[in-house]
Amino acid sequence: MLYEGEMKTLLRLMGFVKKYRLRLLLAFICMLASSAFMLVIPWLIGEAIETVLRQGERSQLLWLAAAVVGAGVLRGMSAFGNGYLSEVVSQGAAYDVRNALYDKLQRLSFAFHDQAQTGELMSRATADVEAIRRFFARGLLGLLQISILFAGISYLLFSLNWRLALLTLPFLVAVGWRAVAVSRRLRPIWLKVQQLLARLGTTLEENLTGVRTVRAFAHEEKESQKFSTQATLLYDQHIKATRQAAFNTSLMVFLVTIPVALTVWYGGRQVVAGALTIGGLTQFILYVMMMAMPVRRLGFITNVLSRAVSGGQRILEVLDTESVVQEKPDAIELDGKRAGVRFENVSFSYDSPVPILKNVSFSVQPGELVALVGGLGSGKSTIAHLIPRFYDASSGSVTIEGIDVRDVTLASLRRNVGIVQQNTFLFSATIRDNIAYGTVNADMEQIVAAAKAAQLHDFIESLADGYETWVGERGVTLSGGEKQRLAIARTLLIDPGILIMDDSTSSVDAGTEYLIRGALDELIKGRTTFIITHRLPIIKNADLILVLEDGQVVERGKHSELMARNGLYRQVYESQLSVAEDSGEDPQASR
Amino acid sequence: MHHGGGHHGGAQPHSTFDSDKVLGKIYDVRVLRRLLKYLAPVKSHLGRGAIGMAMRSFATIAVPPLVGMAADRIQIAIQGGDLSGLNTIVIMVVGVALLGWGGRYLEQLYLGYVGQGILFRVRTEMFDHLQKLSLGFFDRNKVGRIMSRVQSDVQQIQELLASGMLNVITSALTLVAIACIMIVMNTRLALLTLTVVPALAVVAFIWQKYARRAFIQVRRAIATVNAQLQEGIAGVRVTQSMTREEVNSELFDNVNREHYSANVRAARLQAAMWPVVEILTAIGTALVIFLGGSRVLAGEMSVGVLLAFVLYVRRFFEPVLELAMEYVEIQRAMASGARIFELLDIEPEIIDVPEAFDLPPAKEIRFKGVSFSYAAGVEVLHNIDLTVNPGETVAIVGRTGAGKSSLANLITRFYEVDQGEVTVDGHNVNSVTQQSLRRQIGVVTQDPFLFSGSIEENIRYGRPEASRQEIVEAAKTARAHDFISRLERGYETQAGERGENLSAGQRQFVCLARAILANPPILVLDEATSSVDTNSERLMQKSFRRLMKGRTCLIIAHRLSTVTRANRIVVLEQGRIVEEGSHRELLAKRGLYYSMFGALTARGPEPQSA
Repeated sequence: MLYEGEMKTLLRLMGFVKKYRLRLLLAFICMLASSAFMLVIPWLIGEAIETVLRQGERSQLLWLAAAVVGAGVLRGMSAFGNGYLSEVVSQGAAYDVRNALYDKLQRLSFAFHDQAQTGELMSRATADVEAIRRFFARGLLGLLQISILFAGISYLLFSLNWRLALLTLPFLVAVGWRAVAVSRRLRPIWLKVQQLLARLGTTLEENLTGVRTVRAFAHEEKESQKFSTQATLLYDQHIKATRQAAFNTSLMVFLVTIPVALTVWYGGRQVVAGALTIGGLTQFILYVMMMAMPVRRLGFITNVLSRAVSGGQRILEVLDTESVVQEKPDAIELDGKRAGVRFENVSFSYDSPVPILKNVSFSVQPGELVALVGGLGSGKSTIAHLIPRFYDASSGSVTIEGIDVRDVTLASLRRNVGIVQQNTFLFSATIRDNIAYGTVNADMEQIVAAAKAAQLHDFIESLADGYETWVGERGVTLSGGEKQRLAIARTLLIDPGILIMDDSTSSVDAGTEYLIRGALDELIKGRTTFIITHRLPIIKNADLILVLEDGQVVERGKHSELMARNGLYRQVYESQLSVAEDSGEDPQASR
Repeated sequence: MHHGGGHHGGAQPHSTFDSDKVLGKIYDVRVLRRLLKYLAPVKSHLGRGAIGMAMRSFATIAVPPLVGMAADRIQIAIQGGDLSGLNTIVIMVVGVALLGWGGRYLEQLYLGYVGQGILFRVRTEMFDHLQKLSLGFFDRNKVGRIMSRVQSDVQQIQELLASGMLNVITSALTLVAIACIMIVMNTRLALLTLTVVPALAVVAFIWQKYARRAFIQVRRAIATVNAQLQEGIAGVRVTQSMTREEVNSELFDNVNREHYSANVRAARLQAAMWPVVEILTAIGTALVIFLGGSRVLAGEMSVGVLLAFVLYVRRFFEPVLELAMEYVEIQRAMASGARIFELLDIEPEIIDVPEAFDLPPAKEIRFKGVSFSYAAGVEVLHNIDLTVNPGETVAIVGRTGAGKSSLANLITRFYEVDQGEVTVDGHNVNSVTQQSLRRQIGVVTQDPFLFSGSIEENIRYGRPEASRQEIVEAAKTARAHDFISRLERGYETQAGERGENLSAGQRQFVCLARAILANPPILVLDEATSSVDTNSERLMQKSFRRLMKGRTCLIIAHRLSTVTRANRIVVLEQGRIVEEGSHRELLAKRGLYYSMFGALTARGPEPQSA
């Protein structure tokens, strides 16, 4: 039923219920009891029929009836125990797995998240977790129960009449075999269904996020056609699965009814021959019918099992991923209030052989302002991301206050390095909580002060709910400029010694620009700052400008020095100048 | 999706479909009735399925009396009679089995067709409906939530259609049929045995009340856990840079634990149905054994009837247990159905009038006394009068929220004006078909959006019948050709979210090529340079210039380099046109225009060295 690798996955999945083994054992005992009581009832019924036929006492019937009720009560209770405890164990395991996944995803480095898709990770944390939960709830004990019932009933059938048992059992085995075969045959179809569903999802998502493009190009009908074609493919697969299932389940039920006919036919003769009583025959028929249920469930359970294995593999894949950024066991705390930063021969590359940074070296004194200048893909952002160790350098070293960033704890490092990202992410929470995101215990006064410094306070006050206004999904929408200022406030509140600001693509217009610049000035005051920006006044003010091209520092120095050199910086500057000129900036000011 | 801001804060949106509050009844008549409408086109399949279902149910019910009859025969044989009748019964059992086989096959196959057919129709109908809805709808509803309507909710009713509903119907019919047969076989014993049914009904009624509440809590808890997870993943970069992992883990653990508790409560309720059904079955069986047995002893009833009764009692309760187990699924499906129909019921706010005609190639845009609001009561444009002459380039400038993007959105009729009219070559945009209107107008927005597929396919989006040569030409004009040729797979490079090969700037260039290929006589540019660095911006400006040649252009301008090239500049402030004229004229006015762009120079820190 399983390949070797799958068995391994299954064994590892079992690790998740280890913690709940006592409850699992209890559930197992309940399951045993429930199976046993289930088998007792047909026996009691057979006895009752024999009693009637032998013209026995009514009191004997009463006892048997009472015994049936007793067995029913006990069977009901133990089935409850089994069902409830299995569910508790499975929910507990799912809880643990979900927590583990969440923690892992929180801690995996940027390199991982650059490659991963939110939707794909979500499906692991939801659908796949549910798949293994279902296995713990129904599959694990269900498989045992089927085996026990099968063994128990086979034993009873043989002890009642071995000839009859030999006649009927092959049919039941055949049904079990069909059940497993079908679920195996359906597996590739379901996989195909999953893929088609994912494709349909992509089409839908793009249609929704690109709604303006669709409308602007009047492509609605073509989009509908595309969707309909894909939905048809999905329909076809579903029909294929339906055909398989319809043919096989109907066959299985047929195969289960045949032993009943055989029992009546051959069993009747055995009774007349005196080898079996009518009561015994009744028991036989009841057991054969009882067997049909677990045997048919075998298909369902095989399905649960294989989904658990494939889901489990996907989950374990995430849990097994080691963050490429690891803290050393003897890592020290970094105190970087006034910190200098040094890059020594730093190279960096992703998986590809094409390096993104090549032998970058520079050193920055505490409190200096460094501007990173360069075209798209020149490596500006990468330099910035190596300082708080969002990635690790492939070779060379990054040091703060002379300490390699790989020698300090991640928490202390990142507490000292504030970063304002290009795209501000807002959490579904109040503005206040969003500002205090990095400093949970900040008081209102500090939050307001940060908002004021970031030139955001007046805007917040203009909202009906002020700082308690809900933003993010389902909240109010903030403009690009407002978001950026919120990010600045967030970072101001942490008060880091080193600041990184990715300002390369600000999506604000001239009117808002002024506000942001005020916030920026406040932000960089007194900190060692790295800024990726095209704002000329800041660049001109920088203590060091690093001009990057293809991952290398091609020019460095102050503005005046670089202008004198007449190299790449001068070209870039001049291209920016033409924009600035339009903005009314006086080009003479710097000459 | 960002569109120039302008309507955040305060205003309550109209007609959102925020119905996560539709939490589901076990059966919702309106939902069922709507679903029934989808049955009409699959009537023949449904008929065949129903025949199969009847055959199958008959087979299920027929076995116990046959077994009973066999027992009677055997008993006669023991007492010296012959066994001849037994073979007939055996043949009948086999016949019934064959009937069951065929019936079950027909039922599963054709009802499968029915279910899948309905799903297909619901899916495509939802998608088509979304194509008709106005942009206002998409502003108010996040993509993720619409997605979950079309994906999870449809998936959920699939469960209902595939198994749940049929199980309910067949189980109910089988129950009634069994009860009838029992009454016919032996009225007194049947009535006595069936006394357990009212008990079951009472228990089930009480149970479903609690269960409903418990399952609603479970669904709420799931939604919360998923929302937290989603945010945890999407916001991971901020979390790590602010070292908030610990706090987040703790918060997540809280909702996760709540989810666990809700599920355990629900599980307890679900498992509680086991003992109820088992005990009632046992009581029913005991009644049959004692009362029926006594009557057999008294010679008033044959042992065969007793056996048939015993077999029926179990069959009677099995479907009840199954129903209890299906309960959650059915309830969820009903809620999903309600949400699906709610989406389908949302009327598009903007529709073509019946007598709408196709707009002929047009060049002149005119706003006449236009007022506009996204949400009732919060007007973002007031009484705008503006004419853009054929071939003219007009730049719109103003602060964030001044109403610039809104103005652009009205030309393409993405939104409807409150007052006044927007005309293109004298035709009110309301009087022509939306599709023909939009084919005349090229729009390049701030968000460069590409579909998954190759770069070539994306450019072709502008004009599906374009040749490869034309696509390359358009890319050259947009200055995208160079970087595309340098890519490893050239025009075959995959774009879209999954193709992470393109930077934001490169995407913008591809979007430009797409707009160029469409070759519209009117161009609306929401100055699309925000996601591009300075070097690329300069290149882009050059392609803009080529693109604008010979077309009527309305540009929402952020950079003065664009503004100065316009024939005319319109300054918007709080939804009103406050200044209008050429660059020089406006500078000379020393008004808002001057103050806005003066700000760029006046307030920057002075350079340190000269």
